[in-house]
Amino acid sequence: MAKILAIGEVANGIPKKATREITSVGRSLGEVHTLVLGTQAEAAASEVARHGAEVIYAVESSDYNGEAWSQMAAQIVREGGYEIVLIPHSWAGRDVSARLATLLDSAVISDAVEIHNEGGRIKIKKPVYSGKAFVWLKSTAAIQVVTVRPNSQKIEENPGAGKLEKRQLDLSKVKARQISFIPQKSTRVSLTEADIVVSAGRGIKGPENLYLIENLADVLGAGMGATRAVVDAGWCDHTLQVGQTGVTVSPTLYIAVGISGAIQHLAGMGSSKYIVAINKDPDAPIFKVATYGVVDDLFQVVPPLTEEFKQMLGK
Amino acid sequence: MNILVLIKQVPDTEAKIVVSGGKVQEAGIKWIISPYDEIALEEAIRIKEKTGGTVTAISVGDDLVQQSIRTAYAMGADHGIHIKHDQYQMLDAFAIASAIAKAIEGRDFQVVLAGRQGSDSDNGQVPLILGTLKGWGVVSFAKKVEIDSQKATVHVEAEGGEAIYESTLPVIITANAGLNEPRYPSLKGIMASKKKPIEVINFADLGLGTVSRIEILGFEPPPPRPQGRFIDGADPAAKAKELARALREEIKVI
Ligand SMILES: Cc1cc2nc3c(=O)[nH]c(=O)nc-3n(C[C@H](O)[C@H](O)[C@H](O)COP(=O)(O)OP(=O)(O)OC[C@H]3O[C@@H](n4cnc5c(N)ncnc54)[C@H](O)[C@@H]3O)c2cc1C
Ligand SMILES: Nc1ncnc2c1ncn2[C@@H]1O[C@H](COP(=O)(O)O)[C@@H](O)[C@H]1O
Repeated sequence: MAKILAIGEVANGIPKKATREITSVGRSLGEVHTLVLGTQAEAAASEVARHGAEVIYAVESSDYNGEAWSQMAAQIVREGGYEIVLIPHSWAGRDVSARLATLLDSAVISDAVEIHNEGGRIKIKKPVYSGKAFVWLKSTAAIQVVTVRPNSQKIEENPGAGKLEKRQLDLSKVKARQISFIPQKSTRVSLTEADIVVSAGRGIKGPENLYLIENLADVLGAGMGATRAVVDAGWCDHTLQVGQTGVTVSPTLYIAVGISGAIQHLAGMGSSKYIVAINKDPDAPIFKVATYGVVDDLFQVVPPLTEEFKQMLGK
Repeated sequence: MNILVLIKQVPDTEAKIVVSGGKVQEAGIKWIISPYDEIALEEAIRIKEKTGGTVTAISVGDDLVQQSIRTAYAMGADHGIHIKHDQYQMLDAFAIASAIAKAIEGRDFQVVLAGRQGSDSDNGQVPLILGTLKGWGVVSFAKKVEIDSQKATVHVEAEGGEAIYESTLPVIITANAGLNEPRYPSLKGIMASKKKPIEVINFADLGLGTVSRIEILGFEPPPPRPQGRFIDGADPAAKAKELARALREEIKVI
């Protein structure tokens, strides 16, 4: 049976959703061990074991360091004889995966939305040209390194032994290191992990109306996004930009409010499972990808919609 | 300060990508410098304008990439290196990074700027592989860069906030959107760019052999999205009510 190492992240003792996903995928491909890095990493072990990890390497780490992470992971992969390495295609995962693969004389097949095992060789499907096409890739390296798009895989309950092993990072020799971190003010769920995303477009007219979108997002426990037009106008922070030059999201539900649906925006959210569009222009391109379209003035639709959800959810 | 900028030629972001027979059809595609690489180039020129030195643009690709190198000249780059490979689209990130590593051996660069990802592959691997091969610091997703003679201080857009990294030199930095607003080349720059020589290195002459470790099995078009529907209702409130119902009862997401 193939030996698989999943490399995930933990925050305050809670595994990121993507960590559960890659552990579940690993379990479906063979025997999976999970390396978790983050704050209170050990506390996350039992949670990760629920998804199939036989061994859990826990590494306490309060900030991300790609050099140190990749060096430690390379050592674990070599010692443990792992053949397949799975990493979320997250901010840290993208960074660490390319470094790790290089240390392992391998290469990364990245951003997989589908993963198949063909006699020990992994074949993946990934979006390219910002989702305008897909490509099938296979790694020919001895150790196959794969990054997996968050929210693209099922989380399975399939308990593994979860034997805990503690490891430590060696930061003494790194060339680049984090010297400070300014956390975001928002307490909303992170865009890439959110199951529902509500995004604002230029149709909201100005920053003073952003609260409409915020309220809607908060009632749904959703992440909040925006178009580049909104970001460029300075109405909200760049970190919220969804699209080709922003964040890529694939939530279960994406609600686009006052968004025209430019190709560069679709690039960042086109793989959402369901899409709702609220726009007063019936010819807006966003309706071509929408599961449900509402043609009307957003200022008349969003407040009653928020109210409906409030009642439904007993909030 | 001698700065190297990695530039990749990609289809225009508006380009229609047509897949047939498992391949992307290239006819009619307009090629541009990948948007993040343009930001990297702008940052390099700004650093040069402040501290002096040179900006070198390097690109692995077919003959068409010379057009991107000329755009880099027009913006203010001093040198251009074209690593020529007629089927560069078949090369993986490791092969491209290895070629760049080899081509810059013995040249003196303190700073390498690159895009956070190519807008075709959406990988973001080449700069990280290059840094790992060279043993240099790499900082990804920069939104602000300060360089002095000893070190680089880089603000990055990390998950959950802004992180500030410090790196020894040489350093590789990847540009995020928002780092700067790339300039338009001046007419004078465009005229001058036409006459500047480009250094050409044949990929095959680098002695790397077959370095790609990823095999492309084939392309396919995205699946069509299932047909959606418009929500009916007498007024906005009725539409809101019907939408909420559909989300709860039909697709069960609320
Ligand atoms: C290289 C490049 C990269 C880019 N990257 C990105 C990216 O990452 N993300 C991104 O989003 N964009 C990106 N863009 C920009 C993109 O092309 C569009 O300009 C942008 O997405 C438009 O944003 P918008 O839909 O908010 O604005 P608009 O296109 O102006 O659309 C506003 C919409 O709101 C509707 N509206 C107005 N008033 C109301 C109302 N009262 N009620 C209901 N509807 C209303 C209008 O009908 C219209 O459809 C990029 C562009 C380039 C060239
Ligand atoms: N063929 C290439 N030639 C020069 N630089 C490249 C090439 N491919 C990628 N790069 C650089 O690496 C970055 C990330 O590209 P990628 O790994 O393809 O997503 C790009 O933004 C470029 O700066």
